[in-house]
Amino acid sequence: MAAKTVLNYLPRRSVVHDLTGTTKLAFFLLFTFAGMLTYDTRVLLGLLLVSLLAFRASRIRVREVRFMLVFMLVFLLMNNFFVFLFNPNQGTEIYGTRHVLLNLPGRFAVTAEELFYLLNITLKYFIALPVAILFISATDPSEFAASLNSIGVSYRVGYSVAIALRYIPDIQRDYHSISQAQQARGVELGKKEPLFTRLKNAAGILLPLILSSLARIDVISNAMELRGFGKNKKRTWYRQRPFARNDYLALVLGALLLALSIVITFYDGNRFYNPFI
Amino acid sequence: MTTPIISFKNFSFQYRAQKRPTLLDINLDILPGERVLIAGPSGSGKSTLGSCINGLIPFSFPGEVTGELTVDGVDAPRAGIFELSAHVGTVLQDPDGQFIGLTVGEDIAFALENACAPQEQMKETVARVAGLVDIESHLESAPHELSGGQKQRVSLAGVMVDQVKVLLFDEPLANLDPAAGRQAIELIDEIQRKTDTTVIIIEHRLEDVLWRSVDRIVLMSEGRIAADMRPDELLSTGLLQAHGIREPLYLTALRYAGVEIAPALRPAGIGTLTLGEAEKEKARAWFQAAPDRAEEAPKPPLLEVKHLSFGYAPEQRTLRDVSFSIGRGEMVAIVGRNGAGKSTLSKLICGFETPESGTMIFDGEDMAGLSIRERASRIGYVMQNPNQMISKTMIYDEVALGIRRRGYTEEQIRERVEQTLRICGLYPFRNWPISALSFGQKKRVTIASVLVMGPQMIILDEPTAGQDFRHYTEIMEFLRGLNAQGVTVVMITHDMHLMLEYTPRALVFSGGTLIADRSAAQVLCDGELVRRAALKETSLFALANRCGVGEPVAFVERFIDADREVRAHGG
Repeated sequence: MAAKTVLNYLPRRSVVHDLTGTTKLAFFLLFTFAGMLTYDTRVLLGLLLVSLLAFRASRIRVREVRFMLVFMLVFLLMNNFFVFLFNPNQGTEIYGTRHVLLNLPGRFAVTAEELFYLLNITLKYFIALPVAILFISATDPSEFAASLNSIGVSYRVGYSVAIALRYIPDIQRDYHSISQAQQARGVELGKKEPLFTRLKNAAGILLPLILSSLARIDVISNAMELRGFGKNKKRTWYRQRPFARNDYLALVLGALLLALSIVITFYDGNRFYNPFI
Repeated sequence: MTTPIISFKNFSFQYRAQKRPTLLDINLDILPGERVLIAGPSGSGKSTLGSCINGLIPFSFPGEVTGELTVDGVDAPRAGIFELSAHVGTVLQDPDGQFIGLTVGEDIAFALENACAPQEQMKETVARVAGLVDIESHLESAPHELSGGQKQRVSLAGVMVDQVKVLLFDEPLANLDPAAGRQAIELIDEIQRKTDTTVIIIEHRLEDVLWRSVDRIVLMSEGRIAADMRPDELLSTGLLQAHGIREPLYLTALRYAGVEIAPALRPAGIGTLTLGEAEKEKARAWFQAAPDRAEEAPKPPLLEVKHLSFGYAPEQRTLRDVSFSIGRGEMVAIVGRNGAGKSTLSKLICGFETPESGTMIFDGEDMAGLSIRERASRIGYVMQNPNQMISKTMIYDEVALGIRRRGYTEEQIRERVEQTLRICGLYPFRNWPISALSFGQKKRVTIASVLVMGPQMIILDEPTAGQDFRHYTEIMEFLRGLNAQGVTVVMITHDMHLMLEYTPRALVFSGGTLIADRSAAQVLCDGELVRRAALKETSLFALANRCGVGEPVAFVERFIDADREVRAHGG
């Protein structure tokens, strides 16, 4: 049975896939930083365009990453809702004007300023999301550890990510067979059960799952030590690729975008673009 | 005189958590280029001996070392595990668990990466070593795309990148099907010849290792060396049986026939075995003296499977049009290579998966409408690894789990649980924590936890995997006892001995179809079936032919009956 992971590598031939893992990680960090820094709507729209173009260049189709998209949209909606709930007048405070669109009781009047502010937040997410998906879905898992290591993360940490990727399908399979055997013994995990019973029953699966995973870890750590893992401060990577022209171009682009976004954003001394005056 | 590459001198070792030493006063020299088999029952210290050679002891498993151990000139107990890894390459038991990389190429390169080898050199070495173990066409494959045998090849390649002088195999056959096991032994033999390394194999399946010759067998027992002899000599003694190791079947058969096994017969392999006319005559006479086999009356069907088909993906059929019937009170083996559909079949029967087409009738009732839980009170399913089934800490609670929430009073539950514990020989332990039990006892707990629901049939996945002869016999005799009390027993297995000794009938699967349904003796004497199901022909078949017995299947059956007789009388 093929175990499906939520975040999966989608191999194909594209400019984005050809970039090294290191480049994609660095670009992702630069780009996200640029997006997080600014609230300037013009900059945000520009970044969004770049982000969408990059996604297009990867030849990954939207339906292939539908799950992640839906998950993010739900998260985003909730996030916007709570931002509004905590302070419905944030927009007015920022932009200094107040255009009421819909009168609700108490302080919960919907203003054009608040909606515009929420739009900016939404844009930020939409900028980061495609690039994040690209880092996850267009980077060969084999290059993950190497790319983390190359930006200064210890190779032990990097490798633990790789090992997790390697063993997630196995642990999913274990979980599946353990839960089937438990169901045969009358342990119900279905939605019909009250929540507390379900939690209690899930714990019955967790114990054997943890024990068998610990046994796995034991084997793997012995196997790794027997083959010299941790011997040196550094290590090399079989699957690391050398930088190509496009890698340098991508990094320069990332740095330029960050610089540009900082310049435009802070040019007038304010992080916000204000269409209301 | 050559200097030994491995030398134990008055060596003892005691694990930190143990009260007594696991290895006691070991004196053993292994010469460069030798092939040594270290045999012994579980708990004899054979794996511990291996861990001393590769450095896991005392670095990963701390404890107290006395005496000396030199490995390729290195003072092993005081050198680091990393230093030893340059001299000793270890292939562990579990080919899946030790697969570290995300692809074959990365896994082979793992040791080189850790040694900071430049990439060019890595690619070169990986290509060369992969060629040596014949896996070079799979360098980009992920572990789940490989068979157990292929994964083992990758592990072997992964330790050979270091140009080690010693190759250590810790139970290399434990997780392989019989055909892959045979190939593994052939590969080890071939690599040893090509590279002239010293090879140490730790294994209790003697006959399978002896498929290719070894120079010496070191027999371990209770932490000491019980014998250190050439195979021909050791097999001529009774030491193996005395220490709970199964001798090759062809030798047991010859002993039953009254043939004296002596080194001159070259008994170490069925290939080298030389029988004189006198010995052959004895074997034929023994065969002809067989009492008539009582024909067993066919049993009324308990489970009838008709035209069952199933696939996990639309185009892939995991099972195709499978039909068979299992009689009440039968003991049946389901065999075939990994991925042949055996496990899927048991999942369909238990209701974990829903068939695409076909019907399953149990005790006259169509099971289509029954839930997983309802089926469980008719058919119990026991997983291979007891640790994956056990979810409570106390034996009583674990066994009671299946009948809670059925509306019984606590008194009724107690009564049923205690009765089941009695059947399983666990009653004296009823208030014990499960963690205090041995593997075999845990297995019994899982069987008890299924039996308590009152099934008429139990399905066991690999009930004896990884068990030595004594534990194997213990588990199987227990199952035979249950069977005698009327429980129908179905076992999914790779174990040829289990088929021969315990199940009169075998269902053979290959590529999702049922390709044979006949006696185990017939299956194991049919070369074509054996090949398609990744089994291994029994050496009794070769022996029958060698002795000029015209009917090899009947000869195998004769052996099974005789063996049964011996066991029943506490032989």
